[in-house]
Amino acid sequence: MTQVENFSTTAPEEATPLTPGQLMRRRAMGHTGFLIGAGLILGLTLIAIFAPLIAPHDPFVQSLSSRMLPPIWSEGGSWDHLLGTDQNGRDYLSRLIYGARVSISIGLGAATIGMLIGVTLGVLAGYFGGWVDHGVSFLLTAQLALPGLLLAMALVFIIGPSIWVVICIIGVLHWTYYLVVTRSATQRIRNLDFVAAAAASGATPRQIIWHEIVPNLVSQIIVIFTFELGIAILAEASLSFLGVGIQPPTPSWGLMIAEGKQAMFYRPWLVVLPGFCLFTLVIGANLMGDGLRDITAPEGRN
Amino acid sequence: MLKYILLRGLLAIAVAFTVSLAAFFLLNAATDPAQAIAGEDATQEVVDTIRARYGLDQPMPVRYAQWLGGVLRGDFGESYYWHKPVAELVAERAGVTITLALAALGVTILIAIPLGAFAALNPNSWIDRMALGVAVSAQAVPNFWLGLIMIILFGVMMPIFPVSGDDTWRHFVLPAFVLGSSSVPAVMRLTRTGLIEVMGADYIRTARSKGFRGSALLRRHALRNALLPVISVLAVQLGQKFGGSVITESIFAINGLGRLALESILGADIPTVQMLIFVFAIVFVAMNLVADILNAALDPRIRIG
Repeated sequence: MTQVENFSTTAPEEATPLTPGQLMRRRAMGHTGFLIGAGLILGLTLIAIFAPLIAPHDPFVQSLSSRMLPPIWSEGGSWDHLLGTDQNGRDYLSRLIYGARVSISIGLGAATIGMLIGVTLGVLAGYFGGWVDHGVSFLLTAQLALPGLLLAMALVFIIGPSIWVVICIIGVLHWTYYLVVTRSATQRIRNLDFVAAAAASGATPRQIIWHEIVPNLVSQIIVIFTFELGIAILAEASLSFLGVGIQPPTPSWGLMIAEGKQAMFYRPWLVVLPGFCLFTLVIGANLMGDGLRDITAPEGRN
Repeated sequence: MLKYILLRGLLAIAVAFTVSLAAFFLLNAATDPAQAIAGEDATQEVVDTIRARYGLDQPMPVRYAQWLGGVLRGDFGESYYWHKPVAELVAERAGVTITLALAALGVTILIAIPLGAFAALNPNSWIDRMALGVAVSAQAVPNFWLGLIMIILFGVMMPIFPVSGDDTWRHFVLPAFVLGSSSVPAVMRLTRTGLIEVMGADYIRTARSKGFRGSALLRRHALRNALLPVISVLAVQLGQKFGGSVITESIFAINGLGRLALESILGADIPTVQMLIFVFAIVFVAMNLVADILNAALDPRIRIG
């Protein structure tokens, strides 16, 4: 504050408008929700990337002699296994750390596939209108009516569960949000003067879409991507929990909850901890998405 | 008005059949049902017999036409797993799921609307921030995990409600809470924004100046208008509850459609999966239709425009 006042004697703030980038950075630094969300996502991403360096043990190594060891806060806990071990004697902390890799990579993959489908359909429907728009709208209504979880479960079960199958199926079933937003944004942008100018100077629809429309959709797409990241992560966890997602021995948080379920009355942390990790990651994505939406909004909200 | 409903109804039917078509081809293209029924190490002879018995030797469009013809006569085929008509299976289990979905919607209403209303009446107060916190958290909680936490809490620590089965109303309390909580964020936010908007309107100022205060103002003037959009969103949410029953029913051992869905997927029972997808899609589409009609009936602007 004091700095602004000092400068205002020589150069009033209105006289030197900030660039959009500077404005966004300033808004971001003042947005608590965004800072918390971005911090959580950054932290968990670093944990996922550097999992081999951070994890105290190999998450796959089983040991019959050290099955079901209690965590450090219980009686008999030791520093060697901070959060104890699971029913196969694997270090629980290490599995939780590696679980971040599974959740984040599936989330990123599925949100990207959904983005490719949704943005393509949205831009085409918004730009060409007419029967293209009607067709895409019908597809949207049908997709919304599909019981997504049920179909995803059936397809993963039939095709055979692997990490790529899970990514593709979740991605293919989660594109409606991208479509709705990019469609209406494209409809708005294509009536603006600079698009008319490009068309008048002889640009083809392909050039207009790539050079005039898509660059103006980027900030909205990033916002949706962040939300979809959280949705895809929860979808993967649900599938893995029900046994039709990631298969053992891969450490997926959803699968770990299913594995811990048998012993949850005696060792509740086996269920509580992976769920808490999921909660933290998804709330991080949602807070970051809310924040990005506020920051990139033209009028700027706080 | 009648024309509007008819048009919407036709669209809904078209959507339901498109969904069934997509589900049929996806499920049948991804697998060989005959092989799935026979088991992995069955001889070719057994597989061929099964293929002929269930008509699986026909090309897929023919099979879809047969399925569709059956559906129009109320015949959804025979379950590969339970060896009885799928329609019978679904009819037996539907009641439990309908009860659960309605109870879940009740939970959503009981939590979301008062929370949204209190938040709207005290914007930027601690209660507003708490309501926002509840919404943000409820969106990020994995539903199946919430269910297990409830079972840990109420199964051992405070055994007030049973955690497994569907015999009495008490069995539905926890599953309804878990299933209902997922709709709280959307309904809460909508109540809050709707009410804030209405409270700033001219007719509320007029009512205030006429001496209306507190709950009378809220009940007789503000809530009525603020809740219009909420009602149609509740109809849409009810439609989603059926699809959401898969997780809740499997956690709380409730013998409804959701559990039937999981069992039939794990048993590669394609006719049952196919019918359940169709039924869930129909329920969703019907609830959206109800929402559209309610919107049009309550708000003349939509009807005319």
